[in-house]
Amino acid sequence: MRDTAALAGPAPATRASRAIGEAAAAWVLCAPAGLALFALLLCPTAALLVLSFSDWELGAPELAWIGLGNYVELTTDPVFRIALRNTLIYVGVVMPASIGLGLGVALLVEGGSRLRATFRAIYFLPVVSLLVAMATAWQYLLHPTIGPVNRVLALLGISPINWLGSSDWVMVSLCMIGVWENLGFVVVLFMAGLTAIPRELYAAAELDGARSAMDRFRLVTWPLLGPTTLFVVTITAIRCLRVFDTVQALTRGGPNNASQVLLYAMYQEGFSYFRIGYSAAITVVFLAIVLLLMLVQTRILDRRVHYS
Amino acid sequence: MSGEAGRAILIEGIEKAFGKTRILKGVCLNLREGEFLSLVGPSGCGKTTLLRIIAGLESADAGSVRIGGKDVTRLRAADRDIAMVFQNYALYPHLSVAQNLAVPLVMRRLSSLERVPLLRHLVPGHAQRRSAINAQVQQAAEMLRLGHLLHRRPAELSGGQRQRVALGRALVRQPSAFLMDEPLSNLDAELRAGTRREIVELHRRAGVTTIYVTHDQVEAMTMSDRVAVMMEGELLQLGTPREVYENPADLRVAGFLGSPRINTLPVCSAPDGIRLGALHLPLQAEVAPGAELTLGLRPEALHLAAEGLAVQIEHLEFLGAEVLLHARLAAPDARLTARLPIAVAAQLQRGDAVHLRADWSAALLFGADGARIASSASELCLNA
Repeated sequence: MRDTAALAGPAPATRASRAIGEAAAAWVLCAPAGLALFALLLCPTAALLVLSFSDWELGAPELAWIGLGNYVELTTDPVFRIALRNTLIYVGVVMPASIGLGLGVALLVEGGSRLRATFRAIYFLPVVSLLVAMATAWQYLLHPTIGPVNRVLALLGISPINWLGSSDWVMVSLCMIGVWENLGFVVVLFMAGLTAIPRELYAAAELDGARSAMDRFRLVTWPLLGPTTLFVVTITAIRCLRVFDTVQALTRGGPNNASQVLLYAMYQEGFSYFRIGYSAAITVVFLAIVLLLMLVQTRILDRRVHYS
Repeated sequence: MSGEAGRAILIEGIEKAFGKTRILKGVCLNLREGEFLSLVGPSGCGKTTLLRIIAGLESADAGSVRIGGKDVTRLRAADRDIAMVFQNYALYPHLSVAQNLAVPLVMRRLSSLERVPLLRHLVPGHAQRRSAINAQVQQAAEMLRLGHLLHRRPAELSGGQRQRVALGRALVRQPSAFLMDEPLSNLDAELRAGTRREIVELHRRAGVTTIYVTHDQVEAMTMSDRVAVMMEGELLQLGTPREVYENPADLRVAGFLGSPRINTLPVCSAPDGIRLGALHLPLQAEVAPGAELTLGLRPEALHLAAEGLAVQIEHLEFLGAEVLLHARLAAPDARLTARLPIAVAAQLQRGDAVHLRADWSAALLFGADGARIASSASELCLNA
């Protein structure tokens, strides 16, 4: 009834008040979601940012604002520098390796005529299994004396390698485990991307004279996988940046900080040394890298891989 | 371009089964050079499978395909010199119209090294080959009125424009045969009629032997030199549109072609001729007495008359120049449809009892197995 009355009255004042009422209703309806967004996502991040400008330690009765002090300390902290370098190496090795291998595996499985679901499940196992538990298996496999890996190497006449205990090899081992861990994820995503490519395009490519598998890959598969690849690259990069559980379970950053990574350094500062402010600064650096990655994705690559 | 571009196609004894389902049961087909042949049939009759076998995208279990006298059965699709237009166009979404049109030429004329960006400039003669390709793309684009769209991507085109790009991509390298798989089925009705004409016109100009798969009898009848009617994996009849319409070899062909559908009535042969219930029909055929037959009468073979088959009008459809009269025959119980000139039918109303006289010279007789039986109208009774 009120609505009809409002419609009947052509006076501009009524119309204006109606518009205000509508806006108010919209705000009220958005409020719960907005509040949740603030309380659960934005506030913690803001709190982190604020804490990174303080010297707060867990349990300390008071804190002092030290401005960029934590960040200045980061630039001279050798452990942080190793952690940052190791993390970037880890991303630089594990991401391309697991994407390259994953694409290859996905092409092989998708190209085969049977057992697709079986292969998919097998490759996905490391993703669904608990990494900390699987780390125990890796610890055994890579054990310097009783580990099967070294025994096989011994059969080939190669002297045993201290995979997790030597500072020369520990990052290599972590990267291998990282590829093993991410491969299944990448395979499943690429397989989904491959099934979405219309079969007719391959038929058209064949008739257009794309004789070799490489020709068809270049003409159809790779360009049409563009959106999938972009997604896989982003997700894998972030997953690699977040490397933590293998380090925690297998090496604890050692030996001699040789396997320090960003999140482990953050964890140690925050939860072992209780330097919350400093730990927050490391987290902010981590978040900044993630944001940068996402920016690159949406601003630059996104335009080049979507065709509609 | 003229007729010599096309090659003859000879298809013999093609068999194909998927698992236990036999899709094609020994199909034979021959196309003359430059001929336009439609492969028509209801969905699932195997026509698309046959087309894919001709293209080399699917392998036949038995039989052979010859193009221009050369056996290509064992050749892969890329080596058959065939171009295909797909139902969903199958354009490369990441390439512009010009690039899409160029793909068949690029793939065939440029080495794989020449197709790598930057490296291509190192290959001698590349610029020349590239400009020859561009010229041909330009020519095809102009032929199909795509000149102003060359830089767009398929997603930015309308359905009709995409269709023309697909045609252009098939046309651009002047293959020895075109295969078209329901190319108009994704277009709206108006566009479809226009594109139909355009394809016929293109075929006339390019003279390339064309096999056109469709489930739409109007497309088949209006576009083709000859029509091949397929059903349940078999080729039932091959002939000019007029032949298959006026002289169907099988009841299923008669039923599939023609809209509205042909009228069918159960009849039987008696020693003194053909009978419809108690009615003695002025038809003669050489069949054993007592055989169960089917009489087919096209709607245009029925006329309003003072006497003949007594029917009651159930429904009248006004089509502008003519009226479709749907009526019920009392004995035997059957429905009949007649196509009448508007002048004749103006006074008719639903429920009216009228008489329909058949043009017996156009009547078709089919045996119990659906095969056509030769018949003739007996002179004496033509007026019955």
